[in-house]
Amino acid sequence: MTSEYRPQPKSLTDLFVSFTLLALQGFGGVLAVVQRELVERKRWLSNEEFVEEWAVAQIMPGPNVVNLALMLGARSFGLPGALAALAGILTVPLVLVLLLALAYTQYAGLPEVAGALRGMGAVAAGLILATGLKLMSALRKNPLGISLCAVLGLACFAGIALLRWPLVYVAAPLGAAACLTAYRKLQP
Amino acid sequence: MQIALTWGDWFGLFAHYLLLSLLSIGGAITTLPEMHRYMVEQQHWLSDAQFTASIAIAQAAPGPNVLFVALMGWNVGINAGGAATGLWGVCVTMLGILLPSTTLTYLAARWGHRNRELRAVRAFKQGLAPIVIALLISTGWILASAHGIFAEDWRLWLTTVIVALIIWRTRLHLLWLLGAGALLGWFGLV
Repeated sequence: MTSEYRPQPKSLTDLFVSFTLLALQGFGGVLAVVQRELVERKRWLSNEEFVEEWAVAQIMPGPNVVNLALMLGARSFGLPGALAALAGILTVPLVLVLLLALAYTQYAGLPEVAGALRGMGAVAAGLILATGLKLMSALRKNPLGISLCAVLGLACFAGIALLRWPLVYVAAPLGAAACLTAYRKLQP
Repeated sequence: MQIALTWGDWFGLFAHYLLLSLLSIGGAITTLPEMHRYMVEQQHWLSDAQFTASIAIAQAAPGPNVLFVALMGWNVGINAGGAATGLWGVCVTMLGILLPSTTLTYLAARWGHRNRELRAVRAFKQGLAPIVIALLISTGWILASAHGIFAEDWRLWLTTVIVALIIWRTRLHLLWLLGAGALLGWFGLV
């Protein structure tokens, strides 16, 4: 929908390498890295487009980040692009996680290792929070209007994060209400 | 732990993960309770400790969290034989959890992209935007509260808040922050 020029991935290799590098930086959640690298650095898509793709990736079954990689790959190169991005986000991390599983049996007991994991966990939580905060700017152009967005967002946060209700019970009714309202507000 | 798996068992494992893939709306992690029921309680293919370690290691490793599924397949294979069976187990569980969901997502994304100017498609994607962003902030919140009691873990909370502010306001590379977090933890400072 935006007419401004956006760089695109150059080739299947570019997709594979980009997603491999993204995956390797993503401890405890690749999403923060995807937003930072693909939106802010490479500029393959805008914040608004990112939120839209992410919404679809979340609503479909399957691992969200894997879905997102697949969709972004498919945007530029169709099925081969989807497969290249998928292979990128999974192959090298898979090898690493197996090596880590082998090493784990030996070093799991060290308090330093447990401490380092705890520290990285705290940082990972911060990464995800910051990504959410940054993406809020994508809501400025939303047809729902900023105050309705805020109400829906706060209700969702209260249900999921504070009351710890199951995802479906919170997100399904709120999402349905939001989509219907958006449909009514968008010009036919 | 020593177990014996027939070809029928391997097929059963594969079929179970195909089914879980279709149910994994919101991410593979949402099917964790069902995986535990099937693999640990019903079939006794995995020990409780192996199940928990699979998740912890995948969380600690770089890459998508779905790799915990690969580690479960790996552990089932190790229990049933050795490293070669382990790799076979990785293929069975990963293909099972990915094939249905990736196929569906690919088809849905293609359709959505072709029809992206349709009012219904635009309403769907833009209507979900505030919900999706709130879910993201909720995930960060839940991960941060996994630290436990605030009075004991205020240093971890502080780390989370400072990191969130730095990322929100600067363009510092994420790996510096992760490295700093690892170092602080290694020396017992957080």
